[in-house]
Amino acid sequence: MILAGNSLYRNIYGFFVGLLPDGLSWLGLVITGLILAFVFVNALMIFVAGVVYLERRVLGRFQSRLGPNRVGPFGALQPIADLLKMVFKEDVVPAAADKLVFAAAPIVMVVPALAMMAVIPYGKNTFVTDLNVGILFAIAITSVSSLGIFMAGWGSANRFATLGAMRGVAMLVSYEVPMLLSLVGVLLLGGTLSLVGVVDAQRIPFILLQPLGFLVFLIAATAEMNRAPFDIVEADSEIVAGYHTEYSGVKWGVFQLAEYGAMIVSAAVLVTVFLSGWQNPFVPQGWPQVLPSQLWFLLKVGLVLFLLIWVRATIPRLRIDQIMGFAWKILFPLALLNLVVTAVEVQLVPNPNTWQLWVLVAINLAVAVGAVVGFGAAFGRRRTNPTASVTLVSLQAEVVR
Amino acid sequence: MTNLQQHPEPPAELEAEPVVVNLGPQHPSTHGVFRLRVIMDGETIQDVEPIFGYLHRGTEKLAEERSYTQVVTLTDRLDYTAAMSNNLAYVLAVEKLAGIEVPERGMYLRVIAAELQRIAAHLIFVGFSLDELGAFHTPLLYGFRERERILDLFEMLCGARITVSYMRPGGVHQDAPVDFWPALDRFLADMPHYLDELQGLIAENEIVVARTKGLAVLLAAKAINCSMSGPVLRASGVAWDLRKQDPYDVYGRMQFDIPVGANGDTYDRLLVRLYEARQSLRIVAQARKEIPGGPVRTQAPFFIRPPVGEAYGHVEAPKGELGFYLVSQGGISPYRCKIRSPSFINLTALKEMLVGYKVADLVVIFGSIDVNMGEVDR
Repeated sequence: MILAGNSLYRNIYGFFVGLLPDGLSWLGLVITGLILAFVFVNALMIFVAGVVYLERRVLGRFQSRLGPNRVGPFGALQPIADLLKMVFKEDVVPAAADKLVFAAAPIVMVVPALAMMAVIPYGKNTFVTDLNVGILFAIAITSVSSLGIFMAGWGSANRFATLGAMRGVAMLVSYEVPMLLSLVGVLLLGGTLSLVGVVDAQRIPFILLQPLGFLVFLIAATAEMNRAPFDIVEADSEIVAGYHTEYSGVKWGVFQLAEYGAMIVSAAVLVTVFLSGWQNPFVPQGWPQVLPSQLWFLLKVGLVLFLLIWVRATIPRLRIDQIMGFAWKILFPLALLNLVVTAVEVQLVPNPNTWQLWVLVAINLAVAVGAVVGFGAAFGRRRTNPTASVTLVSLQAEVVR
Repeated sequence: MTNLQQHPEPPAELEAEPVVVNLGPQHPSTHGVFRLRVIMDGETIQDVEPIFGYLHRGTEKLAEERSYTQVVTLTDRLDYTAAMSNNLAYVLAVEKLAGIEVPERGMYLRVIAAELQRIAAHLIFVGFSLDELGAFHTPLLYGFRERERILDLFEMLCGARITVSYMRPGGVHQDAPVDFWPALDRFLADMPHYLDELQGLIAENEIVVARTKGLAVLLAAKAINCSMSGPVLRASGVAWDLRKQDPYDVYGRMQFDIPVGANGDTYDRLLVRLYEARQSLRIVAQARKEIPGGPVRTQAPFFIRPPVGEAYGHVEAPKGELGFYLVSQGGISPYRCKIRSPSFINLTALKEMLVGYKVADLVVIFGSIDVNMGEVDR
């Protein structure tokens, strides 16, 4: 059985095989797959609704206002109201649009986020499939969204949308390089490409062993999901709404779903790879656990999402050339440095015991701080106080009436 | 059988044509209904043609149909973020035309109102500038939160918040109520801390510095040639402020400094306004201390009939020199009312400032001039 290790799958499969006649056990496989897909897709949708609500509330608090608080208790039903609004809105298709590409783009955008859900372990033994190339799969499937962005931008026949699509493709392709490189260190340490295996490999969270890798991955993933300060793809003050300028109604809603879905899934990958996934950070594995592992996973993902919302509420947007320069001049060398240091460490200490592990943590932390400070000194524009350019001049009033 | 290895010769130079994009009249960061016809090569701006007039309401012509006092309400709607300054410029012109004296207390109240308005307008500017830089509404809403307190003060003064119509030829409409002074004191006590916070959050933010330092440098000579005024001119290094150069009302007695930029870039234009808000606080504090008792308004007739002649009254509005040129033929309404609006004239150098920059910079540079379409189109 391909998924014998997965108790969730096994239980559902066993239930249906018990019901079905002998010759139809393959049907049980199909039904189980469909049920799991249905459950996970809907779980993502509900989670997206939750994150949209969370973002609006948290942004509201950051901006010293209340956020949505009219629909339902504490405004919690606001996403449902929004959804109803979107469903009833007119679906406008521009006359000049390439109809097929225009209609297909939202689907191309949303599928990667859904497909990524298949390889993420949500808790102990809670995953759809333990794909042995899970990390590669996740990275590969994320890049599909840049195709969706370009389809939307080009198909709309709108110049703002085309600009957004151009920016999006340039940026997403660039940021995939440091993103992948930052994960290679984890692969070396964990010795596995499976996202399920990588959690088991984390005796201590890899954020401690790979602080630089974590930083690079966090920034690159923020860019991959088009979040501030890398939201040039849909920069509202510049190019109206970027690639989805011409979209309305449900298609726009699907874009939102794709965007927030990608955000959640990327946060989930980040948690899995660097924050020891579903493991309890305080009580070691094997000891009696109070909270289920799934809850720990959700808490960690929520923490990362909160961080992303915080960044969005705080930081202005970068310009496209600055963003590209940042990817190639800073993130790319940092990721390479991290890779080299990790490779040397793995070669020298293939199976570290506990105190060796902590020595490695100290070394990596020192390398990370040194690299960030060094790059900051080398590339920092500001060496003097920027506010010194404005001075106060005292003038005498010329005519005193 | 074609040789699959042989590719067709690519054209020596790939054909690329510039794209025309209409930013506006409906666009999130055009400060109203402004239209920029931009010719772009990819992201880079090659040519810019500003097109305006979408908000033309014929204020100058309407002024010819109304009595001198009624025109005050029209001036509110020029730069609707700085109604007090517009009022002041207009009533100064009328007073010059008709030779109306203003009591001391009236002048002080006008100075307090105009300086509060300057703070409010600069808060809006800073908020929207950061919004255009991509900070998702947070600085904007911080600015609006404090501006709300100024609007509350205006509400105490005259009952209105935006379109105030507070000033009249010969003074102000009414004296400040008793509650106004403690509220003003509280405001004066809180506001410096708030401005410190805002400056700390914005002026030293790495991304803001990276985005705005050295962006769209406007040299002093160019700024003077283009007849720029206000913070844009001062950011270019020219210490020109009508409150000093031609002090109206009681500005001659006020102690304040002029912030002047060294580089004339977008960053200086941002910071000069933050500094100006502090100086305005100084003026308000001094005026609040020195304000004498007495009447606030000279009893001018309801229908003012100035002698035949002309007069030009100007003030340092938040956006620059705002002037009203009035011609009287002895009637109850101006024969001609020409408005010199700073927003309109500050747009003169727009093309020179924009060409060669990216689309993302366009909105920032355009925002840094701080135009208001109500004033540009009049």
